[in-house]
Amino acid sequence: MRGIKKDFFGNQVLTDINFTLEAGQVLGLCGENGAGKSTLMKILFGMDVIRETGGYSGDILINGEKAAFNTPFDALAAGIGMVHQEFSLIPGFTATENILLNREPQKKNVISEVFGDRLNTLDYKEMDRRAAAAIEKMGVEIDAKMIISSMPVGHKQFTEIARELSKDQLKLLILDEPTAVLTEKEAEALLDSIRGMAAQGISVIFITHRLHEILAVCDKVVVMRDGHVVRDVPAGQTSVDDITRWMVGRDVQSTAASIETKAEAADAKIIMSIKNLWVDMPGETVRDVSLDVREGEILGIGGLAGQGKLGIPNGVMGLYEAGGTVVFDGREIPLNSPRKCLDSSLAFVSEDRREVGLLLDESLEWNVAFPAMQIQDKFLKKLLGGLIKWRDERAIHQVTQKYVDQLQIKCTSTTQKARELSGGNQQKICLAKAFALEPKFLFVSEPTRGIDVGAKALVLDALRQFNRESGVTVVMISSELEELRQTCDRIAIVSGGRVAGIRPAADSSESFGALMVSQVV
Amino acid sequence: MDKSERLQQTRLSQLVNTFGLPRLIIAGFLLFLFIVAPIAGADLPTQITNVFNRFSWNAVLVLAMVPMVHSGCGLNFGIPLGILAGLLGATLSIEMGFTGALSFVMAILISTPFALLFGGGYGLLLNRIKGGEMMVATYVGFSSVSFMCIMWLMIPYKNPSIVMAYTGVGLRNVFSLENFYANVLSDFLKIDLNPIGINLVIPTGSLLFFALLAFGMWAFLHTKTGTAMTAVGSNPTFAKAAGINVDRIRMLSVILSTWLGAVGILIYQQGFGFVQLYTAPFYMAMPAVAAILIGGASVNKASVGNVIVGTILFQGLVTMTPTVMNALIHIDISEVVRIIVSNGMIVYALTRKTEGGK
Repeated sequence: MRGIKKDFFGNQVLTDINFTLEAGQVLGLCGENGAGKSTLMKILFGMDVIRETGGYSGDILINGEKAAFNTPFDALAAGIGMVHQEFSLIPGFTATENILLNREPQKKNVISEVFGDRLNTLDYKEMDRRAAAAIEKMGVEIDAKMIISSMPVGHKQFTEIARELSKDQLKLLILDEPTAVLTEKEAEALLDSIRGMAAQGISVIFITHRLHEILAVCDKVVVMRDGHVVRDVPAGQTSVDDITRWMVGRDVQSTAASIETKAEAADAKIIMSIKNLWVDMPGETVRDVSLDVREGEILGIGGLAGQGKLGIPNGVMGLYEAGGTVVFDGREIPLNSPRKCLDSSLAFVSEDRREVGLLLDESLEWNVAFPAMQIQDKFLKKLLGGLIKWRDERAIHQVTQKYVDQLQIKCTSTTQKARELSGGNQQKICLAKAFALEPKFLFVSEPTRGIDVGAKALVLDALRQFNRESGVTVVMISSELEELRQTCDRIAIVSGGRVAGIRPAADSSESFGALMVSQVV
Repeated sequence: MDKSERLQQTRLSQLVNTFGLPRLIIAGFLLFLFIVAPIAGADLPTQITNVFNRFSWNAVLVLAMVPMVHSGCGLNFGIPLGILAGLLGATLSIEMGFTGALSFVMAILISTPFALLFGGGYGLLLNRIKGGEMMVATYVGFSSVSFMCIMWLMIPYKNPSIVMAYTGVGLRNVFSLENFYANVLSDFLKIDLNPIGINLVIPTGSLLFFALLAFGMWAFLHTKTGTAMTAVGSNPTFAKAAGINVDRIRMLSVILSTWLGAVGILIYQQGFGFVQLYTAPFYMAMPAVAAILIGGASVNKASVGNVIVGTILFQGLVTMTPTVMNALIHIDISEVVRIIVSNGMIVYALTRKTEGGK
């Protein structure tokens, strides 16, 4: 790959990616969430999203020839196979049928002689043989006759890989976090089979968060960060610590931590105490989190994607099924009830701006004032002795205008529709909405996701200012460690649905990096 | 010249954007009918009177669409359920022996608990099938009408002016409201220009009553609960995160819609002068849905303004086409036009569902 660049709506996610991969080599690709790994692989595999969002620049050379894939079919034809994080198997079919789906060996029969090839019968003997050969290539034991839905997760994963291997022309196999769902033993087997494939001349790109796997199996390691390739080294010359450092740290030693870490924070009273919290949020399961938040601090929660950091605020605020105890300001807060949380002066800025955070089709005024109106009866005029609560358009306009000025939200007027704003400005509206509630405690989830650098700084400043000036306790959840280190007083790292550790923000990036991968499941 | 042409083009496209192409076409057609009417020999004031009348009969039924659209339950194809509550109110009020204007008041009062009950059950159902409201609503309408077809025969009504003439068991298909509440609203403050030689009658009372309900709806949408209803329709997840009980708001909108349907049919009857039972409610949902869509509403946005514009356009079309077309070409194509317009409009609106929020 040479000079690959890609931007989503002007938001640069990949800049100048260069690397080479030789036949039979295994390349380990690692990087934090949002570093651009998946985007890069999507480009390589010719996924539709890339073309729909404006294509990419740069060249992909395969065997010295320039290749441009418009659809995954092109990529398949060129010998690239990809195993996605999510399974794409038909649950009711056997492993064999799945492996050879739509590429089944066929036999002619009487009907197909008349009506054409589409009515050929499947050659089951040949299918069994080919499936067995593909499984053989991996060097593991799977029952090819077993139905997918009754298989353990690991075997499903192997079936997917076998499907790719059964393609004769396969030259390059992309594995996107294949070990994420496997037990250690299965992962071992998978690593063995990767070695086996490489020995047969198939190149493999292996994406994983389990760094020791990379060292165990890869010939070379490419580390990405913020859309750049930061390191491209032979696996033999590196260590887990090195990779961690490359993944997270910009300038590991020189980064100034939180600008003004509060010294007295340690003896401040505990405002929220979370005990044994579990949250059933798809993809972000929280297993057992206990966490104390001190009054007036900014607590950061970091961790890799899918480890449960997003589940914590969503669970506490009652948006997903949760259990455990949460004590806020001396009183226990009932879970699974957004209203009760909001009544106790908690507020939440969701990571999902478009789905949860905004009324896209309504005016900015509505977006800012709505929760405060519904929960605290603000911006309402009482008519007939409080019997009728009439919307006070003027008060709504004033408060919106105030936050538009304060947060420098770029809009044509406060009656503009939220949909028409850019991502950064939408995020600011979400913050304004939470600020308008004047909460005592604020959860902010991924406040800088998908917004540009300038807006990022402004959003973080606004948060810090809100915390310092109004004395509001802020819990900020972010995948970007640097951002947490710059903004927060303390940072809790969530790994495997549990809190792996809480460190002051001034700690080194490596220590956080180590916590991140400590309990990955 | 090139420039001015282009300017005209942008103006035209702006007009189309703000007013909507289908509305523009229908409004144009209606205007054409009004112009052609005198030429074809139809009396224009009479036509205008008809349009006024039809508007006053139907407007409340169209208004009944608004709450459910606001709460994101889509178009209320289940309006027959509200209509049945209204019919129960009407028949029971007459059965109890009320007459004149009092029978109208009693019909509304009696139908209210039925509307609350039906609306509540309907709301419970719709809260379980989020995303498929409109389809289920259609079947709720159909099945409830069929069920009531049985009930109209089973309920032991006794009043001789409404039961079957020969057997005395079961209600009649159609009965007159002459001694009851026919025209009680439309005769109130009626403006009649016939004495000065113009065949124009304005049913002021009916229009005022609609205005009252429409104002109530407008005001409701400006209250805290009304605001919550709009937000639930706009983004239920947002509303939930803002601490709103989404199901309860939806339920409220369904009950409101059902009650307006009940009142709407009573107003329709007082203008029309007859009560139609059995399968008649089947045919009430489509025109009401079509009218509000012509008025510029989408599946998830509707305003009182949409109701007024839509009802005038749709009912104007329905009233004007038969007279004018008959006079012109001597074939009754009014029914065909009505069906094409109403169903075509619904299809058009549904295809634009995703875009509707704009």
